[in-house]
Amino acid sequence: MRSDRGNRAPIGVKVAAAAALLFLHLPILLIFVYAFTTEDKSFVWPPPGFTTQWFAVAWNRPDVWEALTLSVQVASISTLIALILGTLCAAAVSQTRFFGREVVSLLVILPIALPGIITGVALRSAFNLADIPFSFWTIVLGHATFCVVVVYNNAIARFRRTSASLIEASMDLGADGFQTFRHVILPNIGTALVAGGMLAFALSFDEVIVTTFTAGQQATLPIWMLEELVRPRQRPVTNVVAMVVVIVTFLPILAAYTLTRDGDQIAGSGK
Amino acid sequence: MTPAVSFQNVSRHFGSVRAVDGVNLDIEEGEFFAMLGPSGSGKTTCLRLIAGFEQPTGGHIKIFGETADGVPPYRRNVNTVFQDYALFPHLNVIDNVAYGLMIKGVDRATRTRRAEETLELVRLPGYGARRPGQLSGGQRQRVALARALVNEPKVLLLDEPLGALDLKLRENMQEELKSLQQTLGITFVFVTHDQGEALSMADRVAVFNEGRIIQVGEPEDIYRRPRARFVADFVGSSNVLPPDLAQAFGGPRRWASLRPEDIRIGKTGGHAATVTGASFLGAATRVACDVNGARVNVLLPSGSAVPSLGAPIRISFDAAALHPMDDAA
Amino acid sequence: MNGAPAILAGRGGLFGALSDTFWRHPRLLLFLMLTPPLLWLGIIYLGSLFALLAQSFFSIDEFSGMVRREFTLKTYGELLSPSNLDIIIRTVVMAALVTAACIVIAFPVAYFAARYARGRWKAVFYLGVMLPLWSSYLVKVYAWKLILAKEGIVGWALGKLHLTWLLDAWLALPVVGGPSLSVSTTGTFIVFVYVWLPFMILPMQAALERVPGSMLEASADLGASPRQTFRTVLVPLALPGIVAGSIFTFSLTLGDYIIPQIIGNSARYIGMAVYAQQGTAGNIPLAAAFTVVPIAIMGLYLWMAKRAGAFDAL
Repeated sequence: MRSDRGNRAPIGVKVAAAAALLFLHLPILLIFVYAFTTEDKSFVWPPPGFTTQWFAVAWNRPDVWEALTLSVQVASISTLIALILGTLCAAAVSQTRFFGREVVSLLVILPIALPGIITGVALRSAFNLADIPFSFWTIVLGHATFCVVVVYNNAIARFRRTSASLIEASMDLGADGFQTFRHVILPNIGTALVAGGMLAFALSFDEVIVTTFTAGQQATLPIWMLEELVRPRQRPVTNVVAMVVVIVTFLPILAAYTLTRDGDQIAGSGK
Repeated sequence: MTPAVSFQNVSRHFGSVRAVDGVNLDIEEGEFFAMLGPSGSGKTTCLRLIAGFEQPTGGHIKIFGETADGVPPYRRNVNTVFQDYALFPHLNVIDNVAYGLMIKGVDRATRTRRAEETLELVRLPGYGARRPGQLSGGQRQRVALARALVNEPKVLLLDEPLGALDLKLRENMQEELKSLQQTLGITFVFVTHDQGEALSMADRVAVFNEGRIIQVGEPEDIYRRPRARFVADFVGSSNVLPPDLAQAFGGPRRWASLRPEDIRIGKTGGHAATVTGASFLGAATRVACDVNGARVNVLLPSGSAVPSLGAPIRISFDAAALHPMDDAA
Repeated sequence: MNGAPAILAGRGGLFGALSDTFWRHPRLLLFLMLTPPLLWLGIIYLGSLFALLAQSFFSIDEFSGMVRREFTLKTYGELLSPSNLDIIIRTVVMAALVTAACIVIAFPVAYFAARYARGRWKAVFYLGVMLPLWSSYLVKVYAWKLILAKEGIVGWALGKLHLTWLLDAWLALPVVGGPSLSVSTTGTFIVFVYVWLPFMILPMQAALERVPGSMLEASADLGASPRQTFRTVLVPLALPGIVAGSIFTFSLTLGDYIIPQIIGNSARYIGMAVYAQQGTAGNIPLAAAFTVVPIAIMGLYLWMAKRAGAFDAL
């Protein structure tokens, strides 16, 4: 009887948990409704009518496409850099014990542990001091810096679960370092890297705080949205873009979740 | 004949920790050799030194007369069965077994056939398509064995391979390993902390303590004639007699060992003792006695009359059973 | 017995040779692996950070508006002027309130997910927190602009419930009020809580998952009322998670400059001050001095959290 009672949640906890989850999700769902509203001047609720015309309008806006393209490019290159740096760091920290590995972990985490504005201002003033003109690459520089931690966290979790004796077993069976990397290490950490890469992509794709400091004249999609928020020009287009952004970021998150969940089962089964 | 593995004054120190400290040892070709000792005694490090996962900080290791100094594990024709088996979780059983052949560049058809043959050898035919996660502990152990044997190594290293198995399975595997080794004629080097396992399987045993080899010999030798107190204590549960008692028992005034099963209990003759306890062990009963303040265990075959607690008894033994030891260590 | 050699030749070639070298000198491999990330983070990130902090010890020439590169504490004196102190205090109070609200709202979710949710529900809860966490920050802020606008859903709902008078009364209050929710401190607070809430739930859930259910039953067994169990067993055990989560909510609130700019009145926060000083005002030393405030507060907080053992829950 006691254990029965222990496994059922008190009604108060249930209601509060459900309410908090609704609180988290309703505002995002609201975006989907507003994307179809016929009202184009204010945020009036309930929407006076529904239409799909704003999708066509948004589709034909070159500034939206430019911002989207830039965001995808920045996110892709930042993710690639973060993958390389994060994996190297995770491999070094997890596979060997050396003096100062805690310092390395701290260094990797610092860019997201400190408020983004600090990273942003620091990079901006450094670019100014070094006379580096703002460009595509200054955006990438900033994004890659805080994306490293996402890849690092995913990779190191998998490295820790991957037993060190697998590498020894591979070498014992005649595979040298490179062969071991290709045939044992990569297949075992692959899904974690893909997941980390996707999260890094989502992080970069969405980033605005650091980007406002490291971008020159270019506008990534979040910068474009920020400008629309500060100085609204065409609200319905913003609504549509917001909805698309939600969908575009949900997909990699769901994929990353699926990959690490399955991957952990695979990695755990060797023990 | 060249020894299969030769340790020449080998040391492996980790900072101030002397994991292996000046070991000299020859393991003969075709031998089933056990390294026995408590955890931290250096036996596993010795195995890892042969495999190449560790480098000696002093001395030299030779494998079939060739120096292994600075030779990475992947260039040693030596294979290991790991304690946790270390099967590759992303590969199925066949690909696990064929891994070494794949690395050597053997074509797929050949390596699959040889992997299947080896799985048959370890009595696991038809399991090729499974993943390691779908196998029981005993089955994984056989896969790990097959994965090493398929490469036809010159020396097979086994790191506590039976440690994770339950008792029944362990006894079966002991016999199988022994007969496999005799069939294949490969040198087996086997690390264990279980003295029963070492004595029953090995042709020769090296007893390790604190990074050093205390005694090397055949199981019978190690059991009957321990050279040091540590060996007498660790191998079986011998009575270790202090010099005074050894002298009173008719031996030289040195530390000595006396096997509990070599002692008889009677009413007359021998030496006076008092029963302080008795525990039933199944095949035998262990009777603890007090002799002049020292504790002496006696093993009585089951069915013998067990004296009652506190009873004055006489214990006796053949003079040859009292074995004086070299040192007090 | 086979006649193969005991020591094999290896595959040779560049990769073979490199592999042998790395095996013989593992520190070389470690060095090669660590060099790129450490160069990147050490030079680009830490370098910029220290350069920025160093500039807080410079000052701005009042006439030319140029940065004078001499050591001075003048900028820090400026930082402590009443108007700037006002900004700092407002930000810290807001961060503390947001953190407190997040703890209260997050607790039931984390507790339910850790203790009662099983199987499919566990996944629902996990994704239910992960998706809002990862979905676009700006979209979330934008959604709240829609919700809190005068003509938005909150005003509409209160109107339907004939409670518009309540909203008006609240908005008429000083400090928390304003012309509409979307331009009030209340609005800023709600959006902060919303945006950072997932960062509180996840570590709290991780901490609660380590509390065995039997421990709560033991407490009940020993005669504790649910309220006593909550206070004397659950809260202390969840504390590391709460501390870890509050590091996020606190730090993120301290540094944010977009939410109060879009949803809020004209009251300024540290983030906005940094943004304004480095941008339009061109006063990099003062901007740098402002960034020292969150760094110092977070440093202190992290130090205290480490002593409370909060990092085991991260």
